[in-house]
Amino acid sequence: MVPVVELNDVAHVYITDREASLAVDRLQLTVSAGEFVSLVGPSGCGKTTILSIIAGLLTPSHGEVLVKGLKLEGPTPEVGYMLQQDYLFPWRTILNNALLGLELTGRITPESTAITSGLLEEMGLQGKENIYPHQLSGGMRQRVALVRTLATDPGLLLLDEPFSALDYQTKLQLEDLISRTLRERNKTAVLVTHDLSEAIAMSDRIILLGSNPGRIRRMFDVPRNIREVLPFHARDQEGFQDLFHEIWSAMEKTSDQE
Amino acid sequence: MLRRNLPGDESSTTRRNELTELYREHLALKKKQRWSVISVQLGILLLLFIFWEMAGRLKWIDVLLFSYPSKIFNHIVQEIISGELWGHLGVTVGETVVGFLLGTLLGTGLAILIWWSPYLSKVLDPYMVVFNSMPKVALGPLFIVVFGAGFTAIVVTTLSVIIIITTLVVYNSFSEVDANFVKVVRTFGGSRSQIFRKVIFPASFPAIISTLKVNVGLAWVGVIVGEFLVAQMGLGYLIIYGFQVFNFTLVMSSLFIIAVVATVMYQLVVFMERKLLSHK
Repeated sequence: MVPVVELNDVAHVYITDREASLAVDRLQLTVSAGEFVSLVGPSGCGKTTILSIIAGLLTPSHGEVLVKGLKLEGPTPEVGYMLQQDYLFPWRTILNNALLGLELTGRITPESTAITSGLLEEMGLQGKENIYPHQLSGGMRQRVALVRTLATDPGLLLLDEPFSALDYQTKLQLEDLISRTLRERNKTAVLVTHDLSEAIAMSDRIILLGSNPGRIRRMFDVPRNIREVLPFHARDQEGFQDLFHEIWSAMEKTSDQE
Repeated sequence: MLRRNLPGDESSTTRRNELTELYREHLALKKKQRWSVISVQLGILLLLFIFWEMAGRLKWIDVLLFSYPSKIFNHIVQEIISGELWGHLGVTVGETVVGFLLGTLLGTGLAILIWWSPYLSKVLDPYMVVFNSMPKVALGPLFIVVFGAGFTAIVVTTLSVIIIITTLVVYNSFSEVDANFVKVVRTFGGSRSQIFRKVIFPASFPAIISTLKVNVGLAWVGVIVGEFLVAQMGLGYLIIYGFQVFNFTLVMSSLFIIAVVATVMYQLVVFMERKLLSHK
């Protein structure tokens, strides 16, 4: 099977008036269909750069990106991107916010609108379609953002610390919701996070990055028993703490080297 | 009713009554304050007029220069009856409305243009800075030479006052739109024109509307100065004419009418702003 994402020897340089700096270097990464991969690492390891490259927002200075075997030339409907905060448009209703992607790609039809409406309902947002974002709580808004991303039916979701702006309880609930939704729909996902336990609870595979420039240091496979349950219960599974400590010490080691 | 209330019910009812009572008191106090403000405002105006009238009639001030209220109102009523006022008022209001709308439109258009092309924005920058720092009305004579003494020259004077400041304010609000909103649109493969239509414009819409309020005032400045320079009609012309023939009743009544009409226009814009931004 063709992998959903393939990074071949990708490097990216940021150029400003003051200097040119290497953000990520020699990235080699494959994500197969249905897989949930997390990127963790110290700040400055280029996590967001990698996501932007896969999203087609940045063209890498070197190397190539393949999405479903095709060379990436720019943003495609095949890849959905969820930001750190919801960034719902305050002047649009909830439904119109959720429909944004379909609108931009010219795919608004009565059917696609109905499907999006159904998605909102599935996320517990029934009856909220015609109100404005400021009338919803942070967790609800982030759920609308998830619907906005899912509405265009991308095969791959990029999650850029989507829980970081939420309170702890909402964050745990949303982790379960996203995990379940993606699994049901057999979506592939790449998550960027600062939170190691979140990474372990949600993913099949964890990639540890080192900084300056961002490079892949190590990969960790999450044991089957942790993978198979929802994130909330994953934290109670046997082996969870061991993996946490293993990744933690590996992370300490990489930051010591730099 | 035979049903007996539980003690808990009773106390919660009294609590609720207390709250309603407190709220009612608050409303009553608010209302009282509002009326007190309005009556003091009217009182000040009335006192001013009475004092002015007395000063005029008792010759404390030079009536030739400062006139007095009853004279001014008489004059206005006569002008209304003779129909002379409407022509002047129509010309001035026409010029103001055209200058205001065209200025806002062109200013916003220019802002869109330089948002679209950062290169153009860099090229135009020094010209904008110089033109913005310049007292625009000083260009009046130039406009008269180019456009002839009349309507066009006055509107162009007004435009010169409005356009650049509108451009600067609107462009500034364009660039203050949160980059993450733009990022959302870009992740869906949105084009530059989609970014503008779906994010930049709606996000800056409140800022654009609030420049309208400023522009109403500026349009009046442009028009009156324009009329000072060239007109044979209009309220600005009446002021200059009254000044030249030493008829200050004419000057004062024109000023009074300008104050009334300009306020009405401003309130219209405020009303429109509230309508357009009602969902916020």
